[in-house]
This record gives sequence, structure tokens and C-alpha cells, in this order.
Amino acid sequence: MKPATIINILVVAALLVAPYWLNAYWVDVLNSIGIYAVLALSLNIILGYAGLFHMGHAAFFAMGTYTTAILNTQFGIPVLWLMPLSGMVAGFFALLVARPIIHLRGDYLLIVTIGIVEIVRIALVNNVFGITGGSNGIFGISRPVLFGHVIRTPHDFYYLIFAFAAITVFFFLRLENSRFGRALNYIREDDVAAEGSGIDAAHYKLVAFVLGAFWAGMAGTIFAAKMTIVSPQSFTFWESVVMFTIVILGGSGNIRGVILGAFLIVGLPEVFREFAGARMLIFGAAMILMMIFRPKGILPPPPRTFNLDFLSSGRGGGK
Amino acid sequence: MQLFLEQLTNGLAVGGIYALIALGYTMVYGVLKLINFAHGDLFTIGAFLGLTLLLSLGLTDHIGPVAGIIVLALMVMGLVAVIGALLERTAYRPLRTSPRLSAVVSALGASIFFQNAIMLIYGARFRVYPHDLLPTTSISLFGVDIPVMRIVLFAASLVMMAGLYYFVQRTKTGTAIRAAAIDQGAAKLMGIDVNRVIMYVFLIGPALGGAAGMMVGLYYGQINFTMGWVYGLKAFTAAILGGIGNIPGAMLGGLLLGVIEAMGATYISLAWKDAISFMVLILILIFRPTGILGERVADKV
Repeated sequence: MKPATIINILVVAALLVAPYWLNAYWVDVLNSIGIYAVLALSLNIILGYAGLFHMGHAAFFAMGTYTTAILNTQFGIPVLWLMPLSGMVAGFFALLVARPIIHLRGDYLLIVTIGIVEIVRIALVNNVFGITGGSNGIFGISRPVLFGHVIRTPHDFYYLIFAFAAITVFFFLRLENSRFGRALNYIREDDVAAEGSGIDAAHYKLVAFVLGAFWAGMAGTIFAAKMTIVSPQSFTFWESVVMFTIVILGGSGNIRGVILGAFLIVGLPEVFREFAGARMLIFGAAMILMMIFRPKGILPPPPRTFNLDFLSSGRGGGK
Repeated sequence: MQLFLEQLTNGLAVGGIYALIALGYTMVYGVLKLINFAHGDLFTIGAFLGLTLLLSLGLTDHIGPVAGIIVLALMVMGLVAVIGALLERTAYRPLRTSPRLSAVVSALGASIFFQNAIMLIYGARFRVYPHDLLPTTSISLFGVDIPVMRIVLFAASLVMMAGLYYFVQRTKTGTAIRAAAIDQGAAKLMGIDVNRVIMYVFLIGPALGGAAGMMVGLYYGQINFTMGWVYGLKAFTAAILGGIGNIPGAMLGGLLLGVIEAMGATYISLAWKDAISFMVLILILIFRPTGILGERVADKV
């Protein structure tokens, strides 16, 4: 076995047994890390693979969370059933907003997506259509039930989130090596050249956007179930910044890097909780230092190599 | 009609503040192609430094409120300018040749750093500016009562904008800034010290932003450590509205956005006030990404 595989297995095993030695508080921290890891992985499709500067992911997360919260509290639909639907609502919303802006260049897209997340937040605060509960939000979301077992404690949630994160990682790993994943990679490197060789860049970018939003919406269901209360405060621009930073600092385009990023960015401030306000000061400074000394993130994706040996083999080839 | 004119003056006063902040964004973007996310926080620093100096020096008692505030504003501008230049030196200069996203993350890091520094020093609650410094009277113009404060603020921002315009258009350094904004490489070949130009940009922009921070403190009376990013985002919207990288554009965009927002708050909905400016932002970027005064730039392939 390759060393990387062994490390992967050890990490997964450690994560599986970790809650046995941790109290509820730290398991809860791990749960937050897990949700952020999934969110960051979904953003990674848009930002890391397709190379779209998207800083409004919290908007899609909010869509999914509120879809779950509203339908659960109003119609009593079990939380976990709402997962695909929440994803679809977020994805559909992404399709609507992304269509006209997907052609914008780097920084402009960044600013527009910030605008979108703010508009969504203001809409939630203003109790749009009278269903979002205004700035108090929505409370009384019921507990998820899985195979007759009510998921209530942080330890219960840990395994639900772990399973969701594992499915996410599996799905995105498959995606990475698919035709779609390779097309995105190509578009990120050079979208003009990609267009030139017959890849419909706008179409692929849009699909990446919608897929990322869909996944963030599903993460919203888990978030709503875990919190049982949702309010607009959870979906500010800074929430988007956290996701964005996880992807870039962890290693944009690399699944392992993004997960590591979630651990560092969500976990470390908790570890240094006793330093209160100063920890965020250090956090900001660390972001700057990271970018100066490791601009591609902690674990950048390995450079893609294409096997061109066949060119030099056979008749007339080679040296 | 009366309400309209009243809101127009309010919009212009706030718009002047947006314009001053927008100038910092647009100048940095013009030269470095970087959205300086920490600019809004430099504006907050200006507001807090202004308050500290106002309360501790007692200048307004010695030389009168108007002269006192002008002297204090100049001090605040100087201090914030130094912080701006230090920011460029530490957080942006090492990243000048790095990928675009690195600089964006560094700017966000700087913003988090500043915000928490302000919170640690001044606390998280709202701080209040003394409200008896500037005249609270109104003058009547064509049957409309206009608070003197609005006129003073609007005039102050116009003076600063005119000063900047003169500096950029008429002085040697201003010419160098314009040259570096068009083509850094070519500017370097012409013997322009690009590092110096960038330093000037990071002195001037934050100075204007710091002044704007003090103006907000005087106008609204309340300041808070998080206010920078809302103002920052609005000012950035203003910069895009006018055409990013374009100095007259930022001024026009700022004033226009202030008026649009004041009108929107009055005639549409106060609760959706902030959303209106972001709607404007999105519509502008979809239909005219180069802004009102911007020119279309060919994509580099």
C-alpha cells in the first residue's frame, strides 16, 4: 500500500473512534467541522475545480436550511426526507442567479456573489413572504429519525454527519476523475483554450455552480436538524468568507486539503478559545502569512501529469 | 416634493461619504487590480481614531469646533494613511506576483485582523460621538429645511475630491499614478518607481477613507467595529457603478448610490435599503460591467 493510502485509512479510523474519548462539547466542534467540510467541498467544485471566484456560498446553504426548516415546521415532513428537496431548491436558485452572471470575470463575479448573499440575508431578516420568521428565525425543527432511532445527542449527530461527509467525499472523488471533472479542470486552467477545443465552458461552469449549490443545500438540512433553530445570523457574508478561506487555505482543488482546511479554520479557533478576542486577530494575521508563504494552500493538488509515452513508442518513435 | 428634496440632500451627504471611500477602492483597483477588502476597516479605524482624539485632546474647546475638527480630521487622515501604507507593505506587496486569489485571501485576513484589533481596543458595543460639536440647526432653502450638517459634510467631501482630482491630474506624482494604472510594466520602463506609486495610492485612499469614517461618526453619532464592511461594500458598489479604476467615476458613483439609496429607503422600503444597493450592483454588473464612466477593456488572452 502507498503511504498516502495508509494515512487515509488511519485518519478515517481515528475519526470513527474519536467521539468515544471526547465530551459533548468537542464532539459538537467536530460536528461543525464536518458540516463546514461538506460545505467547503461543495464550494470546491465551483471555486477549486471550475475556478469561479464565488464568495456567496452561504446563500445556497441558507436556501437549503430554510427549505428544511419551513417544510418541517409547517408540514411536519421528516427532516431527512427533506434533504434532496432542500438541495434542489438551492440548486434551482443557483441556476436562476448564476445564469446571468456566470460570464463575469474573476473579481466581478466575486463581488456579485457577495451581493447575492447579502440580498438573501436581508430577505430572510425582512421575513420575505411571511415564511422565514424575520430576524428571530424559525425554531422547533424536529429531530431526525434514522431507522427508528432519534438522533439527538452530539454523538448521534457525529455519525450522521460523518456518513454524510463520507458520501460527499466519495461522490466528489468520483467526480474529479470523470469526464465532467476533467472538463472543469481544463476550463480552470484556460477557458479560452477549453472553448477552442469544443468544451462548452459556460455550460460546464453553470453545472458546477448548480451542483455545488445543490450539495450546500443538502448540508443545510443537516445543519437545520442539528441546530433545531435557524436564523439569518448564520448566513452572513462572513459565513461565505469562512467557506472560501477553507478552500483556498486548505488547498483549492484538493479534497484532502479542503478537509484539512476545515479542521484548521473551524477547529483551531475552538482550541484557542481561552485567548478570547485575540485568537481572531491572530487568525487574520495567519491568513496573510499563509498566503505569503504558501499561496497554494497547505495541501495543493498534485500537478496533473498526462501520460504521453505512447507518442514515443512504436515505429519511428523514441530516441 | 419637499420630501424628495429632503431625501436628495440626505442622499448627497451620504453619497459624498461613499464617494470618499470608493476613491480608495478604485485607486487600489486601478493600480493593483486588487479589491482591498480591508479598506472598509481602515474607514472604521478613522472613525474610532477620530473619536479618541476628539475626546482626549480637547482641541475643539481650545480653537473652536470648526477649526478643531479640521485639525483633528487632518491628524486622523495622516494616521490612517500610515496604517494603509503599512498594510500594503506587509500584506499585499509580498503577494504582488502571486495568483489573484492569494491577494484576495490576504485582504480578507487583513480585514479580520483590523476588525478584531478595533474590537479588542474599543470593545464591541456602539460608541457615541459628541453631538453638540457641529451646528444642529437647519437652513431653509426653497421651503425645504436642510440641516447645516449635511451641507458641511457634502462641502467637505467635495473639497477633498477636488483636491484629489487636482493632485491626480496636475501633479507629477498624479501623472505617475495614472501611468501605473494604465500599464505598470510600461510605467516602469519610463522610469516611474512603481513601488512608490503604489505607496502613494495606499496613503491617499486610506486617508480619504479615514476622513469618511470621522464624517460618519459626526453625521450619525454612532460607530461600531463592524460598520466598515457595510460601508466598504456600498462604496465598492459605488466604485463599480461609476466604473472601477476611474476616479471621477467613483465620485459620481458614490453620489449616485447615496441618492438611489435615500430614495429607495423613502419610496420603496427602509428595511430593504441595503438590498437596493446590492441590486444596483448586480444589475450594473450584468448590463454594464464597465460602469457609467468606464471603458471596455479587452480581455487579455
